Amino acid sequence: MGKLTIGCFASLVGSTNLDFAVKLSAAAMEKGHKVDLWVSGNGTMISIKDQRPFKDYSSLEKPLKELMAKGLNVTACEACAESRGYHADHTLEGVKRFSMDWYLGSAFDADRLLHIGGE
Amino acid sequence: MATTKLGFIVQRPGYKSENPKLALTHAIASQSVEIYLQDGDIVTADIAFVGDGVLNCIKDQKAVENYDLNSTESHIKMSLLLDLNVLVCKEDLDRFGLKEENIVIDAPEFGADVEVKVVPYAEIATMMEEMNHLLFF
Repeated sequence: MGKLTIGCFASLVGSTNLDFAVKLSAAAMEKGHKVDLWVSGNGTMISIKDQRPFKDYSSLEKPLKELMAKGLNVTACEACAESRGYHADHTLEGVKRFSMDWYLGSAFDADRLLHIGGE
Repeated sequence: MATTKLGFIVQRPGYKSENPKLALTHAIASQSVEIYLQDGDIVTADIAFVGDGVLNCIKDQKAVENYDLNSTESHIKMSLLLDLNVLVCKEDLDRFGLKEENIVIDAPEFGADVEVKVVPYAEIATMMEEMNHLLFF
C-alpha cells in the first residue's frame, strides 16, 4: 500500500475543495493507503472545533473525526492558523499544528502528492 | 540517503490571493525540513513563475509601505539567499511587455549568490519533468 499526501489551501466555507480532500482521504484509506492531510492558508479553517453545521455551508468536523480515529494524519499550518485567530485551545482534537516544513517532510516519502491550491 | 525534488509552480498574480506568498514560504521551508527526515535525506525546492505568476517578480514592490506586509519581492530574494532555483518564463514576461530590468534578478543586499533565471518555457517544462512532485499555486 502507498502513502498519499494531500495539501489543501482552500477555505472550508466558500469552496468544496476541502470536502473533496476529505472524501479522497476516506477513499484512499478504504483501499488501505496511508494519508497525510496538510491544511494551510484558508484551509486551516477546518481545524477549528465546534463549528455549527448548516446545510448551506460545508461542515467536516464529523467525518474528519471519524477518519482521524481510523488513522488519518491531519496537520494545520500553525502560522496560518494563528494569523486567523485559530488558536491551539480551539483546535479540533487530533489535529496537529506545525510549520510548513512538515508538509515538505510528508512529501518526502509520499508515493503521490496532491496539492490543492487556495482560492 | 535520498532526495525528493519539489517543483513550486506559481501561476497567479501577487496580492490578489495568498497563493504566491504561500508558494514561496513553503519552498523556503525546504531549508528546515531535515527535522522530519533521516540523516542524509533532503527535500529540494525549485520555483517557477509562469503565466500571470510572472507579475510577482516585478521589482520595487511597496508592500511594506502600503500594507505593512512583507513583499513577494522580499520572499523571492530570500529564496535566492537560500540558493533555491528560481525560474521565470521569458515568453510570459514578453506577453506583459516586461524585461529583465523590470523584475527581481538578484539580491546582493540579502547576501545572495544565485540569481533569478529568465528562461524559455521549454526549460521550465524540463525542470518540471525532473521533479518528484509538482505543486501549483
